[in-house]
Amino acid sequence: MKDKMGTTGLIFNEPLLWEKGSPGRKGLSLPRRDVDETPLDAALVGDGPDFPDLSELDVVRHFTKLSQWNFGVDSGMYPLGSCTMKYNPKTNERQASIPGFAGAHPLLPESLSQGALELMYDLQGYLGEITGLPAVSVQPAAGSHGELTGMLIFAAYHKNKGKPRTKVLIPDTAHGTNPASAALCGFTSVGVKSGPDGVLLPESVAELMDEDTAGIMITNPNTLGLFEDNIRQVADIVHQKGGLVYGDGANMNAVMGIVNIGDIGVDVLHLNLHKTFSTPHGGGGPGAGPVCVTPELEPFLPVPRVVKDGDIYRLDEDYPLSVGKVHAFYGNFGILLRAYSYILSVGTYFKEVSQYAVLNANYIKERLKGTYHLPYDRPCMHECVFTDKHQQEHHVATLDIAKRLMDHGFHPPTIYFPLVVSGAIMIEPTESESKETLDQFIDAMKQIAQEAVDCPDCLHESPQFPKVRRLDETAAARNPCLKG
Amino acid sequence: MKAISELNLPEDVRYTDDHEWAKKIGDVVRMGISDYAQDQLGDIVFVELPEVGSSFDKGEEFGTVESVKAVSELYMPIGGEVTAINDALADAPELVNSDPYDGGWMMEIKASDPAELEALKSKADYLDILKG
Repeated sequence: MKDKMGTTGLIFNEPLLWEKGSPGRKGLSLPRRDVDETPLDAALVGDGPDFPDLSELDVVRHFTKLSQWNFGVDSGMYPLGSCTMKYNPKTNERQASIPGFAGAHPLLPESLSQGALELMYDLQGYLGEITGLPAVSVQPAAGSHGELTGMLIFAAYHKNKGKPRTKVLIPDTAHGTNPASAALCGFTSVGVKSGPDGVLLPESVAELMDEDTAGIMITNPNTLGLFEDNIRQVADIVHQKGGLVYGDGANMNAVMGIVNIGDIGVDVLHLNLHKTFSTPHGGGGPGAGPVCVTPELEPFLPVPRVVKDGDIYRLDEDYPLSVGKVHAFYGNFGILLRAYSYILSVGTYFKEVSQYAVLNANYIKERLKGTYHLPYDRPCMHECVFTDKHQQEHHVATLDIAKRLMDHGFHPPTIYFPLVVSGAIMIEPTESESKETLDQFIDAMKQIAQEAVDCPDCLHESPQFPKVRRLDETAAARNPCLKG
Repeated sequence: MKAISELNLPEDVRYTDDHEWAKKIGDVVRMGISDYAQDQLGDIVFVELPEVGSSFDKGEEFGTVESVKAVSELYMPIGGEVTAINDALADAPELVNSDPYDGGWMMEIKASDPAELEALKSKADYLDILKG
């Protein structure tokens, strides 16, 4: 395709549902009542909810029009750094809609839930194999929830040793949720500065690690998209002082089938099934953030655990050292199901998944590094980080570049993160994108850089094509309106 | 963003490496963030300040400032006890952007060691840091 992908077209305005319809209009007709009227307890009687009166067609058109304003992985490239917005294969949705799974109720007895339990048990096994950390709980519902579970395990481990600890080390290139997870478990987070190459230096960790420090939380690859080369030495330093190593596995897409996470010294790792294992995400969930641990930490995993006795699968609550339950029932089962389907589909090709993800990011990095400032010029993993330094000379900032990408038909990358890079533009293409799409993205970025020189105001006024132009983020943050 | 030559850096306040400013007014020291800091942060949407009466050492975190880009910590230019905070920022955090040294001041403290103020950077020294 020679034309730019982004173009204009007829887009419909659409009011709120409450502004549509007409009193008494209905979307369905209820069957005739075939039981006698019975008075309700007065305490249960009151006004009904304020639902609009709409026909089925009113509702279908409403949501179809809203969906046309939207942008998703199914519409185009979504290079949102650190989010791994890879394609979600449709077969996963198909498996998730099998009636036996879709209709399963969490209160069914174990004897009627053997298929669902087997799936969870096998998924635990696969995730253990992929990470090299064999004991797994699939209960946590998000990455940050996995982190919290991991920190609860840190606390339970040290308490069980008879000496609770108070601090956790967190590098400046870790994910932003890490300090919050540590704080929720009562730990004080202690920042560790990364070295000049953007990776952790063992001596910086050695200086801060002591016997009151529960351990370290490392995001690897880190938020600069760089592999922490010194991870093994760092882990040894932490272990020598009796601490544990937490791995934030949100960036696992770079290293599957290549790095054995257990071998590099990590004791607890969370995975984001909704990133690395291709289940849909964005818009707040649901997700799944399983935690994988060493055999030594297995007793502390959340309960109930899914176990296998002979040919029977069952839920086991009898783990006295467990951190307890971290989610209602057994986690977000529908997401586990999609990830299981993905793992079976990929089969033995996980290494290729990561290799393509890394190759794609490095291709973008090399093609754009003459145009955009690259703060750490070394081979990257699954994402690369540029800045707006060259464009600043023309008073064009990262935000303007990101907004202009929408006009080209691309979702903007992550911006102003990681915080250690001023004006960061963090691009993660994932393995899903073909070379043709990557080339279109690179061309768009180059055109925008040229525009920054020729017509800075064109960028300040972007995006120009979408239904909604540049939003007033400041007004939204200062005066949030949270209801329809 | 502003070029360094466009920054408003008054001579009569002292600066820190973390881009706070401090200035003696009568018996108290008033503080806030520099024009450079507000310009880098972008539109400020929330300022979180401590209660009057709390005490902090020099360099200690005393609050946070939230912009559309990020949440950043605020560090004490000098140590002391908080005697007043700028209540106007609760409803009008944009004052920190539009008027960082006057309407956008953040708090006043009773300095525990007045000599700490003299040790902060002058405009010329602060400019040297910004020029890198």
